[in-house]
Amino acid sequence: MSNEAAVAHVHRDDEGSKMGMWLFLFTELLLFGGMFILYASYRFMYPDNFKVAAMRLDTLIGAVNTILLLTSSLTVVLAITALRRNQKTFSLYLLGFTVVAGGAFLVNKFFEWSAKIHHGIYPKGPEMANLSDGESVFYGLYYVMTGLHALHIIVGLAFIIFMMVFIARGKQTGDNCQKLENAGLYWHLVDIIWIFLFPLFYLIH
Amino acid sequence: MSDNTNTHTHEHPGYGLYILVWAGLVGLTTITVALAGFNLASLTVVVAMAIAVIKSLLVTNYFMHVRTDSAVFKIFIFVCLAIFLTMIVLTFFDLTYRFPLK
Amino acid sequence: MENVSYLDYKGKHKGLLGWILSTDHKRIAILYLVSLIIFFLVAMTFGFLMRLEMLTPGKTIIDPQTYNALFTLHGVIMIFLFIIPGIPAVFGNFFLPIMLGAKDVSFPRLNLLSWYFYIGGAALVLISLFTGGGPIDTGWTFYVPYSLRTQTNVSLAVFAAFVLGFSSILTGLNFIVTIHRMRCPGMGWFKMPLFAWGLYSTAWIQVLATPVIGITLLLIILERFFGVGIFDPALGGDPLLYQHLFWIYSHPAVYIMILPAMGLVSEIIPTFSKKDIFGYGPIAMSSLAIAFLGYLVWGHHMFSSGISDTSRAIFSFLTFIVAIPTGIKVFNWVATLYKASIDARAPFWFVVAFIVIFSIGGLTGLVLGSLNTDIHLTDTYFVVAHFHYVMFGGMGLLFFGGLHYWFPKMFGKMYNEKIAKLGTLIFVIGFNGLYFPMFIMGYLGMPRRYYDYLPQYQIYHVISTIGSWVLIIGILILIFNLLKALLSKSNTTTELNPWGGTTLEWTVPTPPPLENFDVIPTVTHGPYYRPNLIKPEKSH
Repeated sequence: MSNEAAVAHVHRDDEGSKMGMWLFLFTELLLFGGMFILYASYRFMYPDNFKVAAMRLDTLIGAVNTILLLTSSLTVVLAITALRRNQKTFSLYLLGFTVVAGGAFLVNKFFEWSAKIHHGIYPKGPEMANLSDGESVFYGLYYVMTGLHALHIIVGLAFIIFMMVFIARGKQTGDNCQKLENAGLYWHLVDIIWIFLFPLFYLIH
Repeated sequence: MSDNTNTHTHEHPGYGLYILVWAGLVGLTTITVALAGFNLASLTVVVAMAIAVIKSLLVTNYFMHVRTDSAVFKIFIFVCLAIFLTMIVLTFFDLTYRFPLK
Repeated sequence: MENVSYLDYKGKHKGLLGWILSTDHKRIAILYLVSLIIFFLVAMTFGFLMRLEMLTPGKTIIDPQTYNALFTLHGVIMIFLFIIPGIPAVFGNFFLPIMLGAKDVSFPRLNLLSWYFYIGGAALVLISLFTGGGPIDTGWTFYVPYSLRTQTNVSLAVFAAFVLGFSSILTGLNFIVTIHRMRCPGMGWFKMPLFAWGLYSTAWIQVLATPVIGITLLLIILERFFGVGIFDPALGGDPLLYQHLFWIYSHPAVYIMILPAMGLVSEIIPTFSKKDIFGYGPIAMSSLAIAFLGYLVWGHHMFSSGISDTSRAIFSFLTFIVAIPTGIKVFNWVATLYKASIDARAPFWFVVAFIVIFSIGGLTGLVLGSLNTDIHLTDTYFVVAHFHYVMFGGMGLLFFGGLHYWFPKMFGKMYNEKIAKLGTLIFVIGFNGLYFPMFIMGYLGMPRRYYDYLPQYQIYHVISTIGSWVLIIGILILIFNLLKALLSKSNTTTELNPWGGTTLEWTVPTPPPLENFDVIPTVTHGPYYRPNLIKPEKSH
């Protein structure tokens, strides 16, 4: 008896699919969680040096990036609502905006990093040796955490682009859109992580 | 057993509620940036984190629909956060007593 | 639906492809079983070589660098490729859906992906032996700063562990959703077999703890390649934070190892006692309790590393607390045996051996958990003995026990029980010969991971090595006995329920067909309920 026919009648389990996605989100949370534990520990150990190091980061770009992600989170959830209401094109525009906002975030990040690297502030860079212990740990954490976060933005964008293709091809519809919701959940988590990264790195004054 | 359709018994929020939540998030961001200009000494982290937590609660409850989802998701999130919290707390039992408190 | 067993059915793919592309949980379980046993034998061989080297002080057969690589790889392979995946990947995959009355897990394709991550990680470990600076020599704990400085191929080995972590996470994720969503009609949470409770508790550890070591391993790689400086003291980093992050996963990891095994004990005991288990509720809840409490004790691996006195006292106290739910399980198992009609078949022998050996291991854990004794015993052979008693005598024994319990159902073949019992006996004798002397020499001061030692320890090392030979003979007898049964054409069986068990896997055909059940069952009573229960006479 062929494998295909035997599994043809498997039920779709949206609630289970959502549960699986949430569990995966927890693993991402704990992955960053390890880094947050390190951040908290080192900030406790080097409170003044962290303040000094943070002053070199551009609060405006950080704030703009925060608004970009918050807005992209909004457009994702609006897109789901739109699809539910069978407003397919509107949904696709909203998701497109999400992708553009995420892309803009990455562009900002690129400029931020370029500026730092240009000034020699990067692991093993010329200026790093001149920084105090606490400052160099701060920047180590900065690069790892924002780098890891940027990686997750890329993954999230890929996820959303896949969903846009699925919607265009009718594989995600008004009453079959759990995959899109899952993509949304992932994007919201990436947003939440930044909600914490922003004050911890940019707003220690 | 397994549900295979969207058996949501509740209405999904309309666009309006989401936009309202977004406005709240932007507002809180503005507040947290503004507060960074003040010298709050040891309260800096606490205040910043409190605002971040409120923002996260808004995203989680409304954008991620946890508010209206079944209770199991709230329990899951609680378990995850509880475990994460114990990791931080127990690590800090080491740090706070290893380094002289500043 | 035709009754073609999962071993024989012909799907879209033929031959080997039909196995390595299969999303059937039973085939995936067998893929894991074959892989696991191969890696177990490899790591066992490394252990054999280590014990040969330790027969005499100074060099016996290999040089110090090789010895360091051997004990590192013995640990890495045993822990990440055998014990952690172990029971969930093989028996959880095979039997969880059937025990729940389901046709498969919630995410069959993710299940197959788990195995691919497993094999990928294993391949990376293999490659790391022959590339870069050669096999890693840091010990399986990869402590900084040495792991940042050594020229051996740390990055690839550590990346392999990172990949293996994904396998573990996805299996755990799959099992949690399966248990929440796929229980058959009538099977409430408290009618689920205790093996499922064990797997559920384990799955939560797999999902929440593994990412922490994931990020820690990633940081080692980033430090080695980019000099990020988070753990490097020269750049302001704190090596103790590495240890914290490492053990925040690795302590809960030991509960990933033991909880499924304990769940297995809770299956085997009622079957061979012909009786309902004593204290189903407490056993189920103790699994959750152990999973949770396991997150609170990691500092007991760091008592002599330099952490604060306050935190050492707290971690020691919490370590004693986590022993309580384990004790509850042992008492309930033993209480089940009281006035039971015991059928001491081969699987039951494993369980009895487990209870004794694990208790020794667990009690010596308390010795290590108390601060003053730990200062004397940490990083000695006492610790080596302790963890082999609990991990090998715990999970290892029960891996073989589970294999002997479910072998007829999985393969439709029956093995020679007398030889199985003989093998178990030789295993237990060899096991104690190998590890018990380690308690003594550890107490007398023999450090762990040392290539060389003072002559006064030699007698213990010699006994231990001879014990290792006896143990290996026992293991080989067990494996060959099973292999012989597997390959023989004459002792096939289609017997549904050779042991008289009461859980759902004993109601499906032997071996089970593709989707397990023609009709999803509805259950009306607990998993160990027997219609003619043996009730002890009330004494007056």
